[in-house]
Amino acid sequence: MSQGSDIIRILIAKVGLDGHDRGVKIVARTLRDSGMDVIYTGLHRTPEEVVRAAIQEDVDVIGVSILSGAHMTIFPRILELLKENKADDIIVTGGGVIPDEEVDALTKIGVKAILLQDTPPQTIVETIQRLVTERGPR
Amino acid sequence: MNNAVPSLELVERVLAADIGGIARMITRAESGLEECRPAMAELYRHTGKAHVVGITGVPGSGKSTLMGKLTAHIRKSGRKVAVVAIDPSSPYSGGAILGDRIRMSELSGDMGIFIRSMATRGSLGGLARATLDAVDVLDAAGFDLVLIETVGVGQDEVDIVQAAHTTVVVSAPGLGDDIQAIKAGVLEIADIHVVSKCDRPDANKTIVDLKAMMTLGLTLSGASGWVVPVIGTSALKMEGVEELVDTIDRHREALESSGELIERQKRIAERRMLKTAEEILRDEFKKHRDGKVSVLIGQMMAHEKNPYAAALDLLAEVRLEGHRQ
Repeated sequence: MSQGSDIIRILIAKVGLDGHDRGVKIVARTLRDSGMDVIYTGLHRTPEEVVRAAIQEDVDVIGVSILSGAHMTIFPRILELLKENKADDIIVTGGGVIPDEEVDALTKIGVKAILLQDTPPQTIVETIQRLVTERGPR
Repeated sequence: MNNAVPSLELVERVLAADIGGIARMITRAESGLEECRPAMAELYRHTGKAHVVGITGVPGSGKSTLMGKLTAHIRKSGRKVAVVAIDPSSPYSGGAILGDRIRMSELSGDMGIFIRSMATRGSLGGLARATLDAVDVLDAAGFDLVLIETVGVGQDEVDIVQAAHTTVVVSAPGLGDDIQAIKAGVLEIADIHVVSKCDRPDANKTIVDLKAMMTLGLTLSGASGWVVPVIGTSALKMEGVEELVDTIDRHREALESSGELIERQKRIAERRMLKTAEEILRDEFKKHRDGKVSVLIGQMMAHEKNPYAAALDLLAEVRLEGHRQ
């Protein structure tokens, strides 16, 4: 039985005090339409909740949408929790409104891709697929 | 696929209730790869202890919300609870949005709770193909209860009866009259009826309709002497949830004392065997698609062969050696 062995699982989350979810829903829908299993957590999650959910769901990728400006707090915390739980093979990506110099800082600490608001949907899909392929089986 | 960790090495982690191990094992089972079969076979030997409860109902009836409240309540008794929540895959892209966790977020800090979302991946009947494999993993990991939330069903997706020991059917107020209530299908599979959203004024009518339906039958109860109750719940006002937990526990006791549990376990085993046989055959047919299958289709198109004769020819062609362990 070979069906379904290569379906990418991705957890899409809104973290912190940020109620703007139109963008994240478009991203979730786009990923669904590319054939992925998309676990959507809803609004106002904590980094702890996101990491626990990601481990239980055994996702390949976490995608965090942040438009509140709290990204320099939230991304490091998520990366730290993943490491603590020996789950740092989960790829962390993000999107939203983030200044260029902080995109660089986040990439340096281990966020694999930051896809800002002008990213075409197809680029999002291809980036996720590329990152999972590069990581390889686990 | 060249797995980094062999599935057999995950078995020990599952039996030790390691969350990451459980999660990875479920992914392997879902992938359906041959590599995980010996590990699943080993885990199956450790199953049979958990009480498996199915929760079903139409889309938007409040299954996920109720699931969240129910799980929190069961935890108060100290028991460990796992949830398998199923949502549909797209028939076009194969992708899925799995959103049941949103309504269970209050549970996320508790180590005695494990929630897993599953996509149907083309399977009909309200469950995913690997649902019961996931239940096996969770059962072997020592969860006392495993709750299965089906996809939002229509009138006829009743696979859950042949998967769970106790079936709870959730109805929302205002979705039909007394004639809906006597139709065959999803309403008659309930061991327990729940009417959700009972803070709404029309809920009482739904409760009355369901109770009336039950009294129209010649017998009030099944073989186990169980009288199907109708419970009104409100997640908003936190009403009825405790009664539901008690009723689920009472149903388990009734199943055990009447011997009905054994019958249901047999029914589940039979269905799993048949379903799995179907899946193996379907996969074999796919392998033959370019060869024998297209020849047979050609013969059917030319009306040289009828569908029944073609099917027999195809079955004669199937080789199962590759599936032997």
